[in-house]
Parts: sequence; C-alpha cells; structure tokens
Amino acid sequence: MPTSHTSKVYEHELRTLREKLLLMGSLVEEMIQKGLTALSTRDTGLAKATIRLDRRINRLECEVDELCMRILATRQPVASDLRFVTTALKIVTDLERIGDLVVNICERVEELNEEPPLAPAAELPSLAEESSAVVHDALDALVARDVERARQLLVRDDVIDEHYTKIFQQVLEIMSRDPSTVYRATRIQSIAKYLERIADHAMNIAESVVFLVKGTDIRHSNRLRESDPLTPSPQGRLRVR
Amino acid sequence: MSLIDSDRPEEAPPAAKIVVTRLNAYFHKFHAIHDITLSIPGARVTAVIGPSGCGKSTFLRCLNRMHEHVPGATAKGSVVLDGVDVYDPAVDPVRLRRRVGMVFQKANPFPTMSIRENVLAGHKLNGTRLKDPAALVEKTLRHVALWDEVKDKLDQSGMSLSGGQQQRLCIARVLAVEPEVILLDEPCSALDPIATARIEELIDELKERYTLVLVTHNMQQAARVSDYTAFFYMGDLVEFDRTGTIFTNPKESKTEDYVTGKFG
Repeated sequence: MPTSHTSKVYEHELRTLREKLLLMGSLVEEMIQKGLTALSTRDTGLAKATIRLDRRINRLECEVDELCMRILATRQPVASDLRFVTTALKIVTDLERIGDLVVNICERVEELNEEPPLAPAAELPSLAEESSAVVHDALDALVARDVERARQLLVRDDVIDEHYTKIFQQVLEIMSRDPSTVYRATRIQSIAKYLERIADHAMNIAESVVFLVKGTDIRHSNRLRESDPLTPSPQGRLRVR
Repeated sequence: MSLIDSDRPEEAPPAAKIVVTRLNAYFHKFHAIHDITLSIPGARVTAVIGPSGCGKSTFLRCLNRMHEHVPGATAKGSVVLDGVDVYDPAVDPVRLRRRVGMVFQKANPFPTMSIRENVLAGHKLNGTRLKDPAALVEKTLRHVALWDEVKDKLDQSGMSLSGGQQQRLCIARVLAVEPEVILLDEPCSALDPIATARIEELIDELKERYTLVLVTHNMQQAARVSDYTAFFYMGDLVEFDRTGTIFTNPKESKTEDYVTGKFG
C-alpha cells in the first residue's frame, strides 16, 4: 500500500507540520521541568530563563497556524490528513497555553523568592510531578499515535484534582492560622491552579490524539473531568477546619 | 450537503431508488466492473469517485443501459429501478432513458437546433404533443437559472452559448422530459470555477425532486455536493458510505489512500 502522497511537496509540508508540533511539545516539556526546578530550588535566575523559553513556543504556534492554513487553502486535505491538520491547530493552542501557565508559575516563583520561605503545601510536589507526567505521556501518545495510552491518561485527571483540592485546603488552613502568610499562600494556591490547568491541557491533547487516530470525538464525555475540582461534590464540601 | 450534515447519525438511510445487484460489465472480453452491489438512495446525490479506468463511467452508463450502445459491450446482473429490473427484456431502453436522463462531460447541445428546440428536443424525438411548449421552455430554463440570460435569444443556436450555459441547457433538455433520475458524467470538468459553482448549486436544488448520480474526478466536488459516495478501484466497489464518512474517516485503507492523494 502507498505510504506517502503522490505530491512530494505536500508530503514535505505534512512532515514539517509534524516536526514543528513535536518540537513545540519537547520545548513545553523542557519549560515544565525547568519551571518546577525553579520552584523547588527557589531559583529566580532559572525562573527568568524559563520565561524566555516561552517566546520560542509562541513563535512556533504562529508558524504551525500559518502552515495549517496554507495546507487547508492549497491542499484541501481530507480523511486522516484533515484530522491531522485540524488536530494540529488544536494541539498547538493547548501547548501554547501550557507554556503561558509555566510562565505564570515562574512569575509566582519570582515573587515567592522575594519573601522568606513558607513551608509549601505537602501535596504540591505530587501535583507538580503528576501534571508534568501527564503532559509527557500525552505527548508520547501523540508521537506514537497511541490511542490506548491517550485513553488511559484521561482517568488520571481525578488524581490531579484530588491533589489540587487538598492543596487548596492546606493553604487555606495556613492562611487562617497565620494571616501574615496570605501573600505567599495565595501564590502557592495560584501555582497549584496553574498545575491543575496544565494537566487539563494535557487531557485535551490526549483527546485530540484519539480523534487524530480513530476519528472518534470523545470530548465532553467525562463530565466529572470538566467540573471545577473545588465544586462541592456529594462526598463533602470543602471547608476550613 | 455539508460533511457534518450528511454524517448525522440520526438520519436514517433514505429509501433506495435504484438497487444494483451483482452488476458486471464487459467490453468484449474485458471485465470492466466486477459484481457491484449498491443501493442508490432516492432524492439524494450519490457521487462515484475513483481513478481513471476504475469503471465509474461504465457503472453510470449501465444504470440507463447506455453501456450496451458501445459495440461489444455487455452487462450482467440487475439494476432495479423502483422495483423493476431495467435489464428485463420487457423494458424499452428509450423509455427508460426518459426516466433516467444523462448529462455528459462535454456539453452537447444539438448544433443545428436553437436554444428553444434544444429544450424541447426530448419531446420532439418522442413525438409528444405539448399543450404549451413556450411555458415548458420558460419553466425549464428558469429551473436551470438560464432563462434571464437567454430569454431574448431563444431562436439562436445552442452553440452560441458559453460552456457553462451550454451545460445548463443540456441539463434543461434532460429536465424537460421530467426524469426521475439524472446521471451526470463529470458535468463540470470542462467548466471554469464560476460555471462549476452554478452547476453545483443546481445539483443541490435538483436533489429535492430527483435522484442524482454524479461521476466526478474532482474529489472536493464530490465532498461538497454529494450525500453518499462510492469509491471504485479497478472495477471493484471498494467502499460506499455517507460522503462525510468517506472524506473524514473512511473505513478502507484504499479509500483513505485515494482521497488523501496517495495514488490515482
């Protein structure tokens, strides 16, 4: 069976699109790793360097958008090519948003580093680890076009939400015990929110991978995943003890 | 119909107008199409796509028995139109072709006839007496959106029109005998984009009253105007499905390779 397009130029355009998308993915992963190191080591220099990386991601987003539009206008792709191009348009948006959220984390790190250390919420490292792991796995699923891996990822959102809810509660407790911690505690709370959002974007990428490979739209099938982790559930309401 | 609309899962498949069963066509010993079984839905546009030589035009020409006009051409199998096999010896091919009209790649108005005579040609050849031929000419030319352009020159030759106008005149000639099915064999391949867009718009309007089968090399056209698509390859029917499915998520890898431009 043929594996490449009759038009070599078209084939090259699709390959370039794939390479740019994967380059963006690896840059985003690099940003996450550096941002989290900056957080755990209180390294302002590393936080600033990480923020600078976002410019490359932004540039790549524009390049991918432009390439997708050119392919749509000139090649009128169909079937798996159409799914690839339209999915690429969605995935770059998710990747770019992840980049922005890492920038936000780094900005909060810079602010925190101006202040005396505050014992961070115990769950924060676990949340950071899990968020970065789902991004990594979503991108792996994309590279390998692995639907099973993408589907398995989607159930991990619950764990992330649990971590986030606990951090939110722990931080509230810290603030209520000692109001002088409010400035720092709200920053930690924001960082937790950014990490939770990063994981949400990873879930979007996983859903896109399923659509890319299977042509099945599985978005919005898991209502739980889309609800705010802080929304009171039947199990109990979030409260300050 | 848009890709999304035709893909609506709740839309039940429309009743078949033509049921083709184990249709085989030959040119002498050459076996052009193999065992084609396919139901063509009524009041819809069905596109037939495939690379040159895949048998799509032969298939189309079997539907109104035009195929047998080629010396040495034969067909086996059944083509049932509203419950009657068109290959039944009792069926008169001339009457059949009135019910199943055909539009060809190259617009072919009768060169010695005026625009008016071209519209009425089917009735003239059939010897039908018309009560009000002028009204029929106007109604039919309006239907194909040609009336305003030609109403002041109905006595001029059909050949004086542009390519796109000639093709619409040919469609008018088919419509004038009130067919039920219209077969279109690459009707836009010789037309510019604007004339193509007009024919496509006309196809969209016609499907409210007629069953249309469109052979086209232009896959974007198939995707734009048809509700169902059949993909032929080397005389075989590879896949038949809703157009939305064929162009977004076909089941057969051969279809996928063809529509994405990997061969053909």
